[in-house]
Amino acid sequence: MDRDPHVCVMGEDVGHYGGSYKVTKGLADKFGDLRVLDTPICENAFTGMGIGAAMTGLRPVIEGMNMGFLLLAFNQISNNCGMLHYTSGGQFTIPVVIRGPGGVGRQLGAEHSQRLESYFQSIPGIQMVACSTPYNAKGLMKAAIRSENPVILFEHVLLYNLKEKIPDEEYICNLEEAEMVRPGEHITILTYSRMRHHVMQAAKTLVNKGYDPEVIDIRSLKPFDLYTIGNSVKKTHRVLIVEECMRTGGIGASLTAAINENFHDYLDAPVMCLSSQDVPTPYAGTLEEWTVVQPAQIVTAVEQLCQ
Amino acid sequence: MALSRLSSRSKGISRPLSAAFSRSISTDTTPITIETSLPFTAHLCDPPSRSVESSTQELLSFFRTMALMRRMEIAADSLYKAKLIRGFCHLYDGQEAVAIGMEAAITKKDAIITAYRDHCIFLGRGGSLYEVFAELMGRQDGCSKGKGGSMHFYKKDSSFYGGHGIVGAQVPLGCGIAFAQKYSKEEAVTFAMYGDGAANQGQLFEALNISALWDLPSILVCENNHYGMGTAEWRAAKSPSYYKRGDYVPGLKVDGMDAFAVKQACKFAKEHALKNGPIILEMDTYRYHGHSMSDPGSTYRTRDEISGVRQERDPIERIKKLVLSHDLATEKELKDMEKEIRKEVDDAIAKAKDCPMPEPSELFTNVYVKGFGTECVLCSVQGPLCEF
Repeated sequence: MDRDPHVCVMGEDVGHYGGSYKVTKGLADKFGDLRVLDTPICENAFTGMGIGAAMTGLRPVIEGMNMGFLLLAFNQISNNCGMLHYTSGGQFTIPVVIRGPGGVGRQLGAEHSQRLESYFQSIPGIQMVACSTPYNAKGLMKAAIRSENPVILFEHVLLYNLKEKIPDEEYICNLEEAEMVRPGEHITILTYSRMRHHVMQAAKTLVNKGYDPEVIDIRSLKPFDLYTIGNSVKKTHRVLIVEECMRTGGIGASLTAAINENFHDYLDAPVMCLSSQDVPTPYAGTLEEWTVVQPAQIVTAVEQLCQ
Repeated sequence: MALSRLSSRSKGISRPLSAAFSRSISTDTTPITIETSLPFTAHLCDPPSRSVESSTQELLSFFRTMALMRRMEIAADSLYKAKLIRGFCHLYDGQEAVAIGMEAAITKKDAIITAYRDHCIFLGRGGSLYEVFAELMGRQDGCSKGKGGSMHFYKKDSSFYGGHGIVGAQVPLGCGIAFAQKYSKEEAVTFAMYGDGAANQGQLFEALNISALWDLPSILVCENNHYGMGTAEWRAAKSPSYYKRGDYVPGLKVDGMDAFAVKQACKFAKEHALKNGPIILEMDTYRYHGHSMSDPGSTYRTRDEISGVRQERDPIERIKKLVLSHDLATEKELKDMEKEIRKEVDDAIAKAKDCPMPEPSELFTNVYVKGFGTECVLCSVQGPLCEF
């Protein structure tokens, strides 16, 4: 926002309140009400307004207080955000960033525990990225703001409290690139967002058991970084996808298809995909735990694949 | 209609009539004052005067441009029936006064955004007949390279933001454009147009609330042609007084078949919006065609009603009568003008018919903006999809 006066933020309680997860804390004091806009509760309209403003050259960062609320703006995101560049024959660009926390939290209930990446993935014209660490959150956010394309940045409710030392100098992360978290030889584990941390937990156990997993945080959910992923598959010949999306029609489902189509010859075993259960997220803590993939299940899956 | 109320003829024009025609778009800016046919009805504001300042040049150009718009839409009807235009085609004939009157009151820095009945607005914003027909027939020289179609005309350099298929979705976009105008301190306004059908969309009220809250220069223009596709306004709206629907937002009801009333209202609205924030304009207008080319337009209204409006309120006829009564041209000259227009339209169509379809590679262009030079290929069974 310092660098480019065209960047502004809009969303519910992003200004004076500081953001429901404190992402925009302090910005309203620094940049004022015209650049950090507290909107009324009308996702459809303010998302549309952000897109309209982007058509003129502004660069709004639109926040869904919870990703799930953006379902109310689906028409704007799909038809206007994704398609206007194409239907106008290239005349208009839509350099918006649409961001917000999603994913399963701590007993927030079904409607506040949604994963929208699977619903948005088919929209032509948008890019989707998911951050998972303070380092890549900052880098991806900067890249998303600077991109001329509309980018949906998926944050996770449970990851806001992570602490990490990050460089003082300016850096950005490549929007289309996957992140090599842990190089290995035996199996490729593809993951993103919160599940990366479950995978790394499982990796500790796996290493103790003598396995050498290669862990890749795919980060770019649309398009997939098939270059990095492909190189890994060619090396290890086994793939496990660990995601928080639902089983049906999720990111994992698309990724499995893409890997099978492109790297079938390199696979020694079918691609395995661990996803959340196809259920609304229950409130009870024990049930909620069983809807998402836990480290123990990841360990079992690796052992199975590596037999 | 109220021709008897026309004000005195402009003074001091004494030139041979043949010479008048040789400047068919006259450079003569002798001022004329025209009275609107009906008074304005206002909600929470003082209505503007019924006396509209105009000029001989403007009057003649109104006639010419509206006749051009009318001819263009009729020609599109024939092209559609000849299956050269496919899909959805929503024609604007009958509503030309709104497009023309609005343009006369504003500049190209002011933005217009509308729904799918956009051919004439595009023309009014400076688009060419060739671009219109090429786009309608899906050719590569169309204004959206053949990839948008009838419902997706845009012209960025004249601040025309389209061209939208989903009813009502353009209004939040329009308020966003108004926000950007305020943000960048542009002293310009945005006209967000929609129909009586779209007036019942929730997102309109959401956008209006924000516009009023943040004092945005948005002008919401309801083109009330009294039918939301096949549903008459009284069957869709508990309160069809669309100019009052803004509640705390002022509104003006305008005779949308009178180009001068439209011009006056838009001028008034622009001044208002720049100082006081949003205002709603309801244009009382009418479409002769059905909702689209798939709709005969006669199952939900009588042919008598349609021909009645054409007889009593046709916007072009009204301008024609004004031109004649002000001695700006003879009947014959106007007929010649219409012949000229017809030829212009036919020539544009012929040229557009010769234009090739888009190259197959165009399927994949403009999905994304070329990025940071990363070569990234979306793969599928069929091969690389697009690179960016």
